[in-house]
Formats: sequence, C-alpha cells, structure tokens
Amino acid sequence: MSSLAGKTILFESVYLSHFASVAGPIENQGPLHEGFDWTYDDLYAGEKTFEKAERAMQSQAQDLCLKKAKLLKDDLFCVIGGDLENQLVASSFSARHLECPFIGVYAACATSALGLGLAGLVVEAVEQPVMVSISSHNATAERQYRYPVEYGIQKKPTCTYTATGAASFLLSHQKASIRLVGCTLGRIIDYGLKDANDMGSAMAPAAYDTIKRHLASRQQTCQDYDLIVTGDLSGFGAKMLKSLFQADDIDLSPYQDCGLMLYDVAHQKVYQGGSGAACSALVLASHLLPQLLSGQIKHLLYVPTGALLSKTSTAQKETIPCIAHAIEWEVCQ
Amino acid sequence: MDKQAYRDLVKQQQPKVPYLKNAITAFLVGGLIGALGQALVTLYMNWFGLNEQQAGTPMIVTLIAVACLLTGLGVFDKLAGHAGAGTFIPITGFANSMTSAALESRAEGLVSGVGSHMFSLGGTVITFGIVASFVIGVIRYVFFGG
Amino acid sequence: MNYLLAFCFCGFVCLLGQIIYDRTKLTPGHITSLFVCLGACLDLFGWYDWCIEVFHAGALLPITSFGHSLMHGAMAMSEEYGLLGIAMGMFDLTAAGITSAILFAFLTSLVFKPKS
Repeated sequence: MSSLAGKTILFESVYLSHFASVAGPIENQGPLHEGFDWTYDDLYAGEKTFEKAERAMQSQAQDLCLKKAKLLKDDLFCVIGGDLENQLVASSFSARHLECPFIGVYAACATSALGLGLAGLVVEAVEQPVMVSISSHNATAERQYRYPVEYGIQKKPTCTYTATGAASFLLSHQKASIRLVGCTLGRIIDYGLKDANDMGSAMAPAAYDTIKRHLASRQQTCQDYDLIVTGDLSGFGAKMLKSLFQADDIDLSPYQDCGLMLYDVAHQKVYQGGSGAACSALVLASHLLPQLLSGQIKHLLYVPTGALLSKTSTAQKETIPCIAHAIEWEVCQ
Repeated sequence: MDKQAYRDLVKQQQPKVPYLKNAITAFLVGGLIGALGQALVTLYMNWFGLNEQQAGTPMIVTLIAVACLLTGLGVFDKLAGHAGAGTFIPITGFANSMTSAALESRAEGLVSGVGSHMFSLGGTVITFGIVASFVIGVIRYVFFGG
Repeated sequence: MNYLLAFCFCGFVCLLGQIIYDRTKLTPGHITSLFVCLGACLDLFGWYDWCIEVFHAGALLPITSFGHSLMHGAMAMSEEYGLLGIAMGMFDLTAAGITSAILFAFLTSLVFKPKS
C-alpha cells in the first residue's frame, strides 16, 4: 500500500472476489433487470415496514454474497456497511446476524465508494476478507429527507428517484480477476447551491474535483479508462459535470452516470434519473463488475457522489456540502 | 469555472418547469373539485332540504372523506403529482397532508406515531389561520367594532 | 351557471397557487399557509362573504375559505363577548372540517398502509 501526491491511495493486492445485488420493483423494470441476483415485486419485500424491508434486502445481499464465495460469516474480518437512514439503522440492524466486527460509514449516495476504499485499506492491513454492504430504499429515504410517501406533491423536474435495493461486495487479498487499484477520497465541496430538489448540479463539482485530483495524482487522462462513471448525478447533474470539464478543455469521455443506467429514464417515472446509495452500488454489482469480468471493459473509474444535507439543514437554508470518492478498478491479466 | 459562474450556469440551464401545462392542469383539476363541491351542495339541498349555507358543511366533510380514502388507497399522490396546486389548494390537500402523515407514522404506534405526527404537515395551516384570524379579528374589533 | 362559477373560482385560486409553486421555491405548506392568511384578510371587509355568495361552493373549497371561516366564527362570537369572543368563536365554523379530517385520517391510518 502506498499513497501518491494528491492523496490517492494505491493498493498492492486487494481483489474483488464476489458480489451480490438485491433490487426493488422499479429497478427490476429497468434495463439492468437481468443482472440482479434477487428482486422484489413490492417495496415491503414481505416485511411489515419499509425500514424492515430495507434491512431484509441488505441481509439478503450479504447472505447471497457469502454463499457465492462459499464463505462462512466467521471467515470475514469485518463488515463495512452504509445506507441513508438516520443512525445507519439499516446497515447495523442487518449486520446483527453476521456476528462479526462492524464499521458503519455514511457519505450519502457516495457511501459505496467510501466503504470500498476503507475495505481496501483493511484488507491490505490484515489480509483477510472484508465485506462491504450498501443499501437504500425509496420509501425510507422519501420519508426521512422529504415528505410522507402518500403526500401529494408535484415533483420539480430536477428531482431524482431514490433507488431501492442492496448490494454486497467481498474484497480479499487472494488473487481474483478484478483488482482494486486505488482510491481517492473526496473533499467536501460546496459551490453554494441550496436547492434540495436539484442535488445533481450541487454534487457535480464534487465529482469534478475528485476525478481531477485522481487523474492528476495518477498522471492519467480520461481516455486511459474504458469507462468513468459517476453515481447519481442523473440527467442534469451529468450535463453540468460535462460543462465543468469543458470549461477546462478536458474531454470527459468515455463517461456515463449510474442514475441514467439503472432506469429507463424516458419511460419510467424517475424524473432526472436514479439516486441513493443503492443506485451506484446496484449498477456496479449488476452491470459494471460483470462487464469487467467478461472483459468488455478493462479499466474503470467509479466515482459516486453524495449530497451531505439533512431536512434540518435544508429548512435552515444552508447550502449543500457534497462529496465524491473515486475507486479505480482494473481487470487482472 | 469559479463558483459564481457555476451557479449562474446551473440557473441558466436548469430544466424548466412546464409552467403552462402545470397551470392548465391545476386550473382544470381545481375547477372540477369546485364543480363537484357545487354538485354535492345541490344534492344535499335536495335530499335533506337544507339551505345552501347549511349544505356547505356536509359537502366539505364529504370531500375530506374522499381525499382521505384516496390517500389510503395510494391514488391521491399520483393524482396530485399531475394536478399540483389543483389538489393541494382545495380542502382535499389539507385532508391528504393529515392522512399521509398519519399513515406514514402508523408503524410507530397510535400515540407516538399517528397521534403525534398527524399535524406535522397540515398543522401549519391551522397555526397560521388562527394567528392571522386573531390579529385581524382584533384589528377589526378595535377599529371597526366587530 | 352555478357550476361554471364554482369551477372558475376554485380553478382560479388553484391556478394562483400553481404559479406561486412553479415560480418560487415555496413548498405547498408555505403556499397553503399564505392562502389561509389571505382568506382571513379578505374577511376584514366582508369581501370573502361576497365571493361565497357569488361563487358558491367554488369559494368554500379553497383553503382561503378556512381562514375566512376561522375569522367569521371569531367575529360572530365577539359581538356577544367582546375580545374574549374572538378566541371563543374561532373554531365555530371550521369545527366540522377539522373534526372530520382528524377522524378520517385516523381511521385511514388504521385500515391502510402506505403504498409507494
């Protein structure tokens, strides 16, 4: 393990061995429906409350991941979990049955990358498997950050739709075909935007900052990658990110946004696209990692973004601080 | 690009609200609710032999009941997503705000959930209604003698 | 004719609300609060009574009518009991609306679950 100027961490031997994804109903109607390991037809996932449903999804993703890896829960060194609920209840409650050390992390919708980066550090240090577990749920997030789900509100056109689902990733020091090359942790970036209905354009500067710092410290250009993905900037946010790079005369391509990949934005009622911690995690687990495995892409920069706001901070008219963490993946020869 | 330039760019390029479509839908839906109210008033006048003023109250109660039921069935939020102010300005919006808050917090129990959260959205209307009415009432009483 | 008048007035108030919602950052909570205050203000010179006379149910339904009813009940009672009457009569006319909203909201929450 080493660190570069620009605070990029490089890992020596951290590999992604297995991963699993569990998705909700709207995601299952989207273009990636074939990639999910398990799906639910309703938001309750057979449970009594939405909160319980989110925990059930996360537990299930964890179990599926362990099952695929043929590991027992005792084999894990620790679990790093994150979600969008207050006090991270979805992650900590669903980790109860794993009976192993637990680290809860929060970076809003960028949680998956923060979890993977930290897991990389732990794996390098202890050379034992670490599981990263991420979830979000549309109804629990709506309720906590916006309004009750049955409240009749006309959404603004810049809104995004919080994804429902969970994904688990198993990192280990034993050689596998996908390698975690490095990670650049994000800085808090606040361009002074206040509109909680338009998080995409608030988060775009954070992605811009992290991608630029990562490329600079790695001495790469965008074209060194087969794909650069952001987490949930969605339609308008992705457009603003491109504008930011254009202003510097940098060609941000090949670039895509997970919020636009998870849903069929033109036909599904998701406004600008998907958001939420599970949005980027689901796309990674159901689409990007399989593509790395099949060799369709060989070098991937994964940069989910998070808007670190709360209902209180919005009501107090604060600006939105944002963060983006970058994870560099490559296929091993 | 500096922060101010970025903010300006966001403002300039932000996807536009479909003003005209929203305004027409709100007018039509709001108007239909008004006409429906009028139909109910006429109905109650004929059925129960009430005068128009008396028939107003059962009409409002009926519409509140319908709005609560539609909220429970999960239809109201979809309708309101299109209608906007067409459904939140009439009394139906008040009923929906109370019902949705109550439904949402049912999982936390009857007292700490439903009871304490029911007014979390609709309460503001009552608060401001009373404060404004009281202030204006006092003004009217003092200066105009009631 | 009454239907058309009711349609136009209720539609017009909703249209005003929609324009405010689309053009500003105000939430429905802000806008309904604003309209309730407006309704109470319009009662200052009895203007809202005129609206109800002309537009019938169309003027009873928008949330402005709630402010007007609060004010109206308060004023009616103040004729008898003076300043104290303002507080005593505040809920006189709106009692049925508020009671039914609480009751139906409560019953709905017992029967249904939030869907999506």
